[in-house]
Amino acid sequence: MHAVEKIIARAAGKNELRTGEIINCKVDLAGINDLYLQTLRSFYEMGGKKVHDPQKVVMFLDHYAPASTIMQADNQKQFREFCRAQGIELLMDINEGVCHQILADKGLVCPGMLVVVTDSHTTTHGAFGAFSTGVGATDLAIVLMTGQLWFRVPEVIRIHLEGRLGQGVYAKDVILKVIGALGADYGVYRAVEFTGPLLARLSVSERMVLCNMTTEMGAKTAYIQPDEVTLDFLQGKARQKYAVVATDPGYLYAQEHTFDITSLNPQVAAPHSVDNVHDIAEYLGKPVHQAFLGTCTGGRVDDLAVAARILKGRHVSSRTRFVVVPASKGVLLEAMARGYIQTLVEAGATLVTPSCAACLGTHQGILAPGETCITASSRNFPGRMGHASAEIFVASPASVAAAAMEGIIADPAKYL
Amino acid sequence: MKGLITGNAFVYGANVDTDQIYPGGYLDLTDPDKVAQHAMERVDPEFVKEVKAGDIIVAAANFGCGSSREHAAVALKASGIAAVLAESFARIFYRNAINLGLPLLVCPGIAKRVKKGDLLSVDFSEGKVTNQTTGTVAVAQPLSEYVIAILENGGIKPMIKKQHGLHCPR
Repeated sequence: MHAVEKIIARAAGKNELRTGEIINCKVDLAGINDLYLQTLRSFYEMGGKKVHDPQKVVMFLDHYAPASTIMQADNQKQFREFCRAQGIELLMDINEGVCHQILADKGLVCPGMLVVVTDSHTTTHGAFGAFSTGVGATDLAIVLMTGQLWFRVPEVIRIHLEGRLGQGVYAKDVILKVIGALGADYGVYRAVEFTGPLLARLSVSERMVLCNMTTEMGAKTAYIQPDEVTLDFLQGKARQKYAVVATDPGYLYAQEHTFDITSLNPQVAAPHSVDNVHDIAEYLGKPVHQAFLGTCTGGRVDDLAVAARILKGRHVSSRTRFVVVPASKGVLLEAMARGYIQTLVEAGATLVTPSCAACLGTHQGILAPGETCITASSRNFPGRMGHASAEIFVASPASVAAAAMEGIIADPAKYL
Repeated sequence: MKGLITGNAFVYGANVDTDQIYPGGYLDLTDPDKVAQHAMERVDPEFVKEVKAGDIIVAAANFGCGSSREHAAVALKASGIAAVLAESFARIFYRNAINLGLPLLVCPGIAKRVKKGDLLSVDFSEGKVTNQTTGTVAVAQPLSEYVIAILENGGIKPMIKKQHGLHCPR
């Protein structure tokens, strides 16, 4: 059995299962985001009265943090009231940041857990060896009512990563290359596991990028086998005891792909699809109106660090604006302590409250018609960050910082 | 699963994401009728003016990719869409639509066989899709037993209510 199957089997109280089988699983942690008041509506529509296990529920007020319309404010008010009434103590209010980074910062996700959040990028927590997937509002309401949810046991695809990262090349470039090669629907209904010698050289932060972006190839969940890097990260942070499971020798993957990234250059996903991936060299010199650094994909301490390194003693181009959104309160505090925020603000960056901000076109940093944005976030669908005629280039935090400084798409390697 | 539906087709390409089906700027809405006013806004601005109850959406691969927003499925259902036929669906959208009682069928090659406005009939018991306008027939992949159970209950909310012995108005 694969480790992912073992996690599902444990949650379903079974010893064995078949690929494709539909089974009910107990959910170890369920997260709700402030976009989805429908979750509470569906809970009451189904006759829900008391949440099955309030200790296993986290409420995130992250997408509208802080509220910018009366309706957003009223939705958040209803969520706060729900948490108080139901005894949900893990209310992450508008000061905390983006759901996935909060879960990591607070050690809420451990290896072997089964996690669902009403956010598609919940695949991020495969970086900790969890089975973690995004669900809709009504699915989450079912978890609130019953503590369980149905799952189809997925096939597992293996992506084997060899080689070393070159100058100016990061995990974001690696996963963009993979998505470009395999396509936006390659992973639909399936789990994606990353293996290979590159992983030992990647921090937890970079592993989270790989797993986070598997959503953009349609994956149900991502998985990286926990190792010393994972366990060191969780040391003193994990909120509960956990047992690491491992894939049995000889497990047969549905598909296997090997990528040697030694000669990989910085990548961009050009408009308007995340699998429209090219070497950044093809777009050098393209003017950008906004550079956006943040989100559950690209707003961690490592990301702010590389941006600060590029912009130290330099200035954001007068032709562009640089919107910086630390992914969480924890990230903001650490980045302040290390001086990165000081450097970026002095260089001309616009600092935004830890939140999802303009990533999904709702908040803080929205694009005007015809503008071009380079972003460290995950998506470049038409209209994703504002007007449908805006063009979005998805790239690494280093490439975003280099573009902020030059006002055009630029190769970050020369600044590193 | 039993039932036969007939409706006119709207036809779209591959990778129609949920930001196009329902833009992020309206995610604070919850009333289905208000949500429906923005259905397909970024892929087909004429959709809300043209759609009639019982119409059917046909698409190529990976329909509903991207965000987990249930609003995308709510918008289509509240617009009167009776079924979506696509070469494949993104998984969260698939669950969301089935949960709402909106049937989705995986139909290989369907997008190439249907033009906008074609009259389609879908026989759920056989998974047969007939294009009445051209006379061609396509066969959908069978639905899983669990999905059929959800759809036959009119969605997962009535099903959960029934399982918990609660009265379920249909």
